[in-house]
Amino acid sequence: MAPRIGVITFPGSLDDSDAARAVRAGGAEAVRLWHADTDLQSVNAVVLPGGFSYGDYLRCGAIAKFAPMMAQVIDAAREGLPVLGICNGFQILCESGLLPGALIRNNHLHFICRDQRVKVETNATSWTADFSVGQNIVIPVKNGEGGYVADERTLDMLASENRIVASYIGNPNGSMRDIAGITNEARTVVGIMPHPEHAIDSLTGPSADGLAFFTSVVSTLTVGART
Amino acid sequence: MARIVVTVMLKPEILDPQGAAVRGALTRLGLSGVSDVRQGKQFVIDLDGALDSEREMVLTKLAGELLANPVIEDYQLRVED
Repeated sequence: MAPRIGVITFPGSLDDSDAARAVRAGGAEAVRLWHADTDLQSVNAVVLPGGFSYGDYLRCGAIAKFAPMMAQVIDAAREGLPVLGICNGFQILCESGLLPGALIRNNHLHFICRDQRVKVETNATSWTADFSVGQNIVIPVKNGEGGYVADERTLDMLASENRIVASYIGNPNGSMRDIAGITNEARTVVGIMPHPEHAIDSLTGPSADGLAFFTSVVSTLTVGART
Repeated sequence: MARIVVTVMLKPEILDPQGAAVRGALTRLGLSGVSDVRQGKQFVIDLDGALDSEREMVLTKLAGELLANPVIEDYQLRVED
């Protein structure tokens, strides 16, 4: 049976439909979840989509982390539920404390929207298992507050524990150490600023490179079910 | 009625591109000798009645969980009479 992957819609989410479409393209069943509900519906993984949850008021992701559904996600993620946060979803994961660091205003102050070259730094995560290490991919980046920051100790830890998931080739926003995505200690929670869900086929995206994020979690979950 | 003012600023080591843009504008508009500008936020919270110790505890907690992100920001609470 295909794994069931939840996609949470917050007020102001924009990319939830694309995320659900990418989930289906990756071979899973997409389960739409509403921020104000509290039932995770026994999903096997969760995607936090891009957009501007709660209007990005206060700080990006700062209010979304208190959504009733996020309380469930935070608990489940600490128990090992794979979670992918894309763009605003990455910001929510950092605000929630599931990932270290934070995302701040782009260093040049402009909103940036372009196809971005990204290097996949590790395939030892639930969401990147189907990539090869060092693989260069092209997926869209679109953010105004995508600058990844953390203190030096955290950055060193992420690097030494191989927890930098992807880095920019041509840094679009001033992210420290060109970081585009990171993972948690258990390697199940991944936050990424550019958008793999917008690049799952050549008809609608600049490439189909993003699809492997969604097939990866299906592979990981399927292997997990067998063992 | 009690009024509590919470000031939130990016930590000194965090780049503040908005502050840098304001600094550029101030200089361009004729203010000389601007060495730095940091932009922050201020929350003015009015409470019915006095600030009792229980609400002070809740507010202090929420300042660090909601109003500010301690990973990148410093914050201060000030009670106004």
